[in-house]
Amino acid sequence: MKKVLAKCYLWLLLALLYAPLFFIAVFSFTESRVLGNWTGFSTKLYSNLFTGGMNGGASLISAVENTLLIALISAAFSTLLGTVAAIGIHNLKGRKRQTMQFLNNIPMINPDIITGVSLFLLFVFLGVSQGYLTVILAHITFCTPYVVLSVLPKLSQMNPNIYEAALDLGATPAQALRKVLIPELRPGMVSGFILAFTMSLDDFAVTFFTRGTIGLDTLSTYIYTDARKGGLTPELRPLMTLIFLIVLILLVVINIRQEKANKTVKSR
Amino acid sequence: MAKDYIIDIQHLSKSFGGVKVLDDINFYVRRGEFVTLLGPSGCGKTTLLRQIAGFIAPDEGKILLDGKDISGIPPYQRPLNTVFQRYALFPHLDVYDNIAFGLKLQKLPAKEIEARVKKMLKMVSMTDYEDRSVESLSGGQQQRVAIARALVNYPKVLLLDEPLAALDLKMRKDMQLELKEIHRKMGITFIYVTHDQEEALTLSDTIVVLNEGRIQQIGTPTDIYNEPVNCFVADFIGESNILKGRMIRDRRVAFIKQEFDCVDEGFGENVPVDVVVRPEDIYFTTDPAKCQFKAKVNSCTFKGVHYEMWVDTESGYELMIQDYDPYPVGTEVMLYIDPDDIQVMHKERTRNVFDAKVTDSGHVEMLGQSWDCEVPDGFAAGDEAVAEVRFEDVELLDHQEDGKIAGEVHFLLYKGDHYHLTILTEDGDHIWVDTNDIWDKGDLVGVDIPAKGIKLIRRND
Repeated sequence: MKKVLAKCYLWLLLALLYAPLFFIAVFSFTESRVLGNWTGFSTKLYSNLFTGGMNGGASLISAVENTLLIALISAAFSTLLGTVAAIGIHNLKGRKRQTMQFLNNIPMINPDIITGVSLFLLFVFLGVSQGYLTVILAHITFCTPYVVLSVLPKLSQMNPNIYEAALDLGATPAQALRKVLIPELRPGMVSGFILAFTMSLDDFAVTFFTRGTIGLDTLSTYIYTDARKGGLTPELRPLMTLIFLIVLILLVVINIRQEKANKTVKSR
Repeated sequence: MAKDYIIDIQHLSKSFGGVKVLDDINFYVRRGEFVTLLGPSGCGKTTLLRQIAGFIAPDEGKILLDGKDISGIPPYQRPLNTVFQRYALFPHLDVYDNIAFGLKLQKLPAKEIEARVKKMLKMVSMTDYEDRSVESLSGGQQQRVAIARALVNYPKVLLLDEPLAALDLKMRKDMQLELKEIHRKMGITFIYVTHDQEEALTLSDTIVVLNEGRIQQIGTPTDIYNEPVNCFVADFIGESNILKGRMIRDRRVAFIKQEFDCVDEGFGENVPVDVVVRPEDIYFTTDPAKCQFKAKVNSCTFKGVHYEMWVDTESGYELMIQDYDPYPVGTEVMLYIDPDDIQVMHKERTRNVFDAKVTDSGHVEMLGQSWDCEVPDGFAAGDEAVAEVRFEDVELLDHQEDGKIAGEVHFLLYKGDHYHLTILTEDGDHIWVDTNDIWDKGDLVGVDIPAKGIKLIRRND
């Protein structure tokens, strides 16, 4: 009996968690403007989304483009910076290393709104005109710690002598980095990249404060503005459904990769 | 003179965080020689090897390769290669690419690379494994690949850092023989680091015994085994009975309260010494004429090839004996030792000597503490002096906080009727203690010295 109750509780919890997503996914297949009205099955919203055949379609598409572009660029730079930083932190000893790891964790638990406001103030203080560049810089800032966090375990799993072995066999430090270290760290870097990409993708607060006044919109800021204008554009429903699916797939991929990595570690 | 030496190490020193890991290391390696750096963990042997490889820069001193100082050259430009402790193979490359790594960096023609890699694979009996991923190999196979990967570059010297430590006993023995065979075939100089004395005795042409950052002894395996220069070497290499003794005169030594003939000369007369007798060199006899001393067997353990017995001599000492024939516990036995088998060593120290400063008529300051002391006449407050403390006058206490100084048992030696301990204090000083109590290495102890145990001597006396 207890067991049944426990199970029910779990399912109820999951149902509550996923209900909104499910709701949106279901209502993406109907044409009604108002969410909650079922006016018969249709894929028109999907086709509208892809052909841009709706009100303000162009700005929605450009917001999606901006989002993806910003996410890609900042994830790429974060991966680069984060990997280098992780190697540096890994080579520190004792107290210094703990301190650096701690400092790396703070931006992650720091509320986005504070990161956003402080970056906004910083850019104003430095007189940087806000736009694409500042958004990308801001995204790199808050994504990098996640890359560091996913590369560090790879470094500690690695045989510490591998880098020295490469030097010993005649590789210069740069060659050793390229031919030995990077291939060894690649799984961590890929996970870090994916993580950074998704973090950048769904960011609102930081983007909102650093995008300036040039009218730059990412998906999240677009939706915010859109919702304030009076009701969500119905095409956002299929878009959100798709984004959810993509993120879901990415998550599954990350998990499978980690599973595999754990297995190879165990079999050693 | 230096021509014959492929590696010549001169006055090498290295400290980490104020602790001297290597202290004035000097030795040379002849071309084609198999040299082993042997010592317990933490003795500095790996640091020394890593300096030769170039991963650590020495604080002082020179490393000459073919007469040229290489201390300033980065590891990737040194014509030396290393076999690492845990192999350090590149997991993302297969066996072939691991071995070819160095040659590809040299940009050799593909044909030559292939020929050399194949030759190496054959040498380490790993032909047909070239496409295997290194993670699918056993420890022994990974070790072979690691050796091949280093040797394929034809280094002037091959450095091996405890390469067999991770293998099981049987595999280790096999690999020892193979390594020796590879060394013979290739004619390359090997510098081998290990803490396993048996491995060192089996493999080496020359053994360099290290302890606490200093070279204790350099010699051939037989030299080191038969003629250890100090208690540390005698204790570390093989089993041994180490006993307090006194050199009566040339070729005559006293220990376990009686005199023996020996072959050592030049110690002087009536000089305190340490005596080493290997357990296999104490013989049983039934002939009363041959018998030098009598003892009673108190334990007998089968060790595979031989029996290991502990006997109590009539004079009150405990000795270890190894023999092919067992004697039951309780048996009265007659024993003798050949003069040849008695190794006499200079005593490294006969008492503790500390710097001290007289503070008043009843106190001195030494080892960072103030001590009660019977200050002799003629010393005034503020005088610098030397304090001597006999080993047996130092008291060890179970709890660190009960002693005046806290320390740790750093090294211990059984000397037949007592233990000789080296205590490392928290400030890094050494205090030597003779005691009948049983302590283990690493025990935390409190140290106290009673007032009458401290003997003050004027400096420059």
